[in-house]
Amino acid sequence: MSLVYPAALAAVLAGIGVYGVLARRNAVLVLIGVELILNAANLLFVTAGSRSGVPFAAGPVLTLFVITIAAAEVVVALAIILVMFRRFGHIDLTATPDLTDEPEPTDGDDAGEAVETSEAGVVDATPPDTADQPSERDRQVPEGVS
Amino acid sequence: MTAREIAFVVVGAITALSALLSVTTKQVVHAALWLLVSLGALAGAYVVLGQELVGLVQLLVYVGAIVVLVLFALMLTRAPIGPHPQIDTAPWQRALASTLGGATAALLASVLMPFFATADVADDVPGTAQIGEAIFGTWVWPFELLSVLLLVALITAFAVSRLVLQREGEPR
Repeated sequence: MSLVYPAALAAVLAGIGVYGVLARRNAVLVLIGVELILNAANLLFVTAGSRSGVPFAAGPVLTLFVITIAAAEVVVALAIILVMFRRFGHIDLTATPDLTDEPEPTDGDDAGEAVETSEAGVVDATPPDTADQPSERDRQVPEGVS
Repeated sequence: MTAREIAFVVVGAITALSALLSVTTKQVVHAALWLLVSLGALAGAYVVLGQELVGLVQLLVYVGAIVVLVLFALMLTRAPIGPHPQIDTAPWQRALASTLGGATAALLASVLMPFFATADVADDVPGTAQIGEAIFGTWVWPFELLSVLLLVALITAFAVSRLVLQREGEPR
């Protein structure tokens, strides 16, 4: 079987991956484009390793290594995306970043967001939040009554 | 064209089409599901090329783990159900992106296809036994380094996901 077809498929996959990285705003979908580029590289490794006279089984072994590295990469990237979602409430990569130093006027907006986030079960890494909210509510209710 | 080439063209067409759908669909969750189809078909392409081990690892790690992880991330970030126009950039940016993507594909194809024009799949493609011997012989140190990398990635994911970004003085 000629190796032209896998080489052409690798080129097409890399092009589609570049489009996916550049044309998406959602961070997770950008990651999908990166995965496609990595798979194009893998296919190229396997294609080159299918020729005769490749020493040390280099093609398939390096493909397995790249698959492992891709798994590690995607884990860290998704952790960063989750932190971004918890802090900003969205994962839109084209949104204008908030670079102000002053704390926002807290009129309960942030508290409301925090309650929503922890109720939705988004990685519950801030136990003080959930512990604080009921006590705040308890404090506010008597004030409203009196 | 031999039967093997026809089989490769079929799985390759499935791979390319579903990859294209996964980067163009307007529905967030569908993108991850089309990625699953694409990576599964690519595992089939590896099997057609004679690398069963790579195909099976692709199926286990990519289809079984990475796509599921992406789906979890979409759920945790409250991906909208149904068509969502806000997941794509502006039209002029998409036009530029398709130009660049097409240019990348054309460049790679123009370099790679003449290079592989006369090459055929060798009869002595390394089998699973030879790959195993190579990994635990020649490649054993990179292999051990990879296990360290996985451990570091695990710890990093824990540390990063416990990170709480907040401004100074902001009450929590």
